[in-house]
Amino acid sequence: MIVFDQVQKSYQVGGRAIPALHPTSMTIDTGEVFGIVGHSGAGKSTLVRLINMLEPTTDGRILIDNEDITRYNAAELRAFRRKVGMIFQHFNLLSSKTVADNIAFPMKLAGIYSKTEIRERVEELLARVSLSDHANKYPSQLSGGQKQRVGIARALACRPTILLCDEATSALDPQTTQSVLKLLADINKELGLTIVLITHEMDVVRRVCDRVAVMDAGEVVEMGPVSEVFLHPQHPTTRDFVFESESIDRDELQEDLQKAKGRILRLTFKGESTYKPLLGSVARESGVDFSILSGRIDHIKDTPYGQLTLSLVGGDLDVAMQALEAAEVHVEVLR
Amino acid sequence: MKGLLSNVDWFEIGLASWDTLVMVGMSLLFSVIIGLPVGVLLFLFGKRQLLEQPVAYAVLSFVVNVLRSVPFIILLIVMIPFTVMLIGTSLGVAGAIPPLVAGGAPFFARLVETSLREVDRGIIEATQAMGATVRQIVFGALLPEALPGIIAGITVTAITLVSYAAMSGVIGGGGLGDLAIRFGYQRFQTDVMVITVALLVIFVQVLQMIGDRLVLYFSRR
Repeated sequence: MIVFDQVQKSYQVGGRAIPALHPTSMTIDTGEVFGIVGHSGAGKSTLVRLINMLEPTTDGRILIDNEDITRYNAAELRAFRRKVGMIFQHFNLLSSKTVADNIAFPMKLAGIYSKTEIRERVEELLARVSLSDHANKYPSQLSGGQKQRVGIARALACRPTILLCDEATSALDPQTTQSVLKLLADINKELGLTIVLITHEMDVVRRVCDRVAVMDAGEVVEMGPVSEVFLHPQHPTTRDFVFESESIDRDELQEDLQKAKGRILRLTFKGESTYKPLLGSVARESGVDFSILSGRIDHIKDTPYGQLTLSLVGGDLDVAMQALEAAEVHVEVLR
Repeated sequence: MKGLLSNVDWFEIGLASWDTLVMVGMSLLFSVIIGLPVGVLLFLFGKRQLLEQPVAYAVLSFVVNVLRSVPFIILLIVMIPFTVMLIGTSLGVAGAIPPLVAGGAPFFARLVETSLREVDRGIIEATQAMGATVRQIVFGALLPEALPGIIAGITVTAITLVSYAAMSGVIGGGGLGDLAIRFGYQRFQTDVMVITVALLVIFVQVLQMIGDRLVLYFSRR
C-alpha cells in the first residue's frame, strides 16, 4: 500500500518556491492499477517520481508498506528502489548493451544475484515479453513496442512489488499501445504487483486502470474508481479528458441537443445491463418514442458499459424512467 | 644540380618519425589517464548533475581553462622548469612529454565532459531508479553510453598532440618538428620540410581513419 500523507513538492526557481504538487493525501492499494491522468505540466510526472524518490519531497510523508520512504538514507533508498520497477515514455534503454544485458543490468547493479540466476531470470523474462529471439540485438534494432517490452522486462528483473509507468505508451502507435497495455494488465494479474501509471490519455486509463486520479495544476481534482470517474465526471478537467477520449466535439453536441425534440436523457449501462434488450420493451410499455443522439458501447477494463443520449417524445415519461431505473440503468435528465 | 631530394637523410627521417610516434603515443596515454577522470568529475560536479558541486566545478573548470587558454608555444616555455624538475631534462622526446600532457589532458577532459553531457538524461534517471550508486551509474551506464564520443575525443586529442609535438621542435623537443626546424627552416632545405610535412599529414590521416572506424564499431545507436 502506498500512502501519501500531505505530500508537497515545490521547486526553487530564482530563490522563489514554485509549487509542483500542492499538499496531497491519497492511498494506492496493493495490487491495483492506479492511473494518474493530467495535461503536461499538471504535476503527474512529479507525483510518480516521488514514489521512488527520484524527486525528493518538500514536505509530508510517503508510506510504503508502513515505512516512511522520505526518511530513508542513501543506502536504504537504493535498496528500496530495487523493489520499485519503472518504465519510461522514451524507454531509456542503454544503447550500448544488448537486449539481454539491458534486462540483466538492474540485477547486476544489485550485486546479490549469481551469474546463473541472472541468466535464467533474463531468459524467463525474455520469454514473458515474447522477445526470446531478440536477446542479442541492440535496442536500435528494435521497434518502439519491442523496446518498451524490453523496458518492462528490465523493470521486472529484480521482482519488484511496485511498477511505475511514466507515459509508457505515449510514444507508441495505437496498436502497439494496446499490446503493451495488455501486457501490463496481464503482469498485474499474474504477479499481483501494484502499478502506478501516468498518462495524458483517458483511453489508457479506461483500458487498464482500476482507479484514477485526475490532476490539474499540481492538484488532484478528482479521484475514484475508473467507471465512476469516466462515466460521471464531475470536474471540468475530467470532463475535458473524457470528451477528448471519445472524440466528442462539445459545440457539435450542443447543437445536436438543441435540434432534438422532447426530453433528453443520458442512460448509463454498466456490467450485465449493457446486454439487456431494454430500450424496445421500455418504449412499448411507456409508449414513448426515442431517437439516439449519441452513444458508445465499450469496456472499462473488463466491465462492459454503454452510454446513450436519447431524446424521448410522447408516451408516459415517468413510467419509462421508472422502468429504466428498475433495470439498474443510471438515468440523467439533460433537458 | 643534385637530385630532387638530395638533402633528405632517410635514416634521420625514420628516427624523427619514430620519435614523433613515441611523443604522441606517450602524451596521449597520459592525457587520457589524467583527462578522463577530470572530465568525469567536471561532468558530475556540473549544474543539475549527480554530484552538483559549484565550488569544485569552478576550481576544476578554471584550471582546465587556464591550461587551455595559454598558447601551446608559450606553455612549452613556461613548463621548462617544471619539466626539468620532473624528469631531469626539458630536451628531446622525454622533455616534450610533460608539456604535451599539460596541453592534451585539459583538452581531452573538456571533450569527455561534453560527450557525457550528450548521454540522454533519461538513461541516468533509469539507472538511478534501479538503485545504482553514482559509481555504478558512471561505470555501468555513462561511460559505456558515451564511449563512441570519448573515442572520437581521443582521436581529436591525438591529432592535436601531433601538431603540438611538431611545435615542441622549437624548444628542442625532437621528432619531425625538430627536423623541420633544424633542416627545413634553419638550413633552407625545402625538400626536408616537404617530406616532414607530408609525413605529418599522413600521420594525421591514419589517426583519423583509425578513430573513425573505432567510433563506428562502438556505436550502437
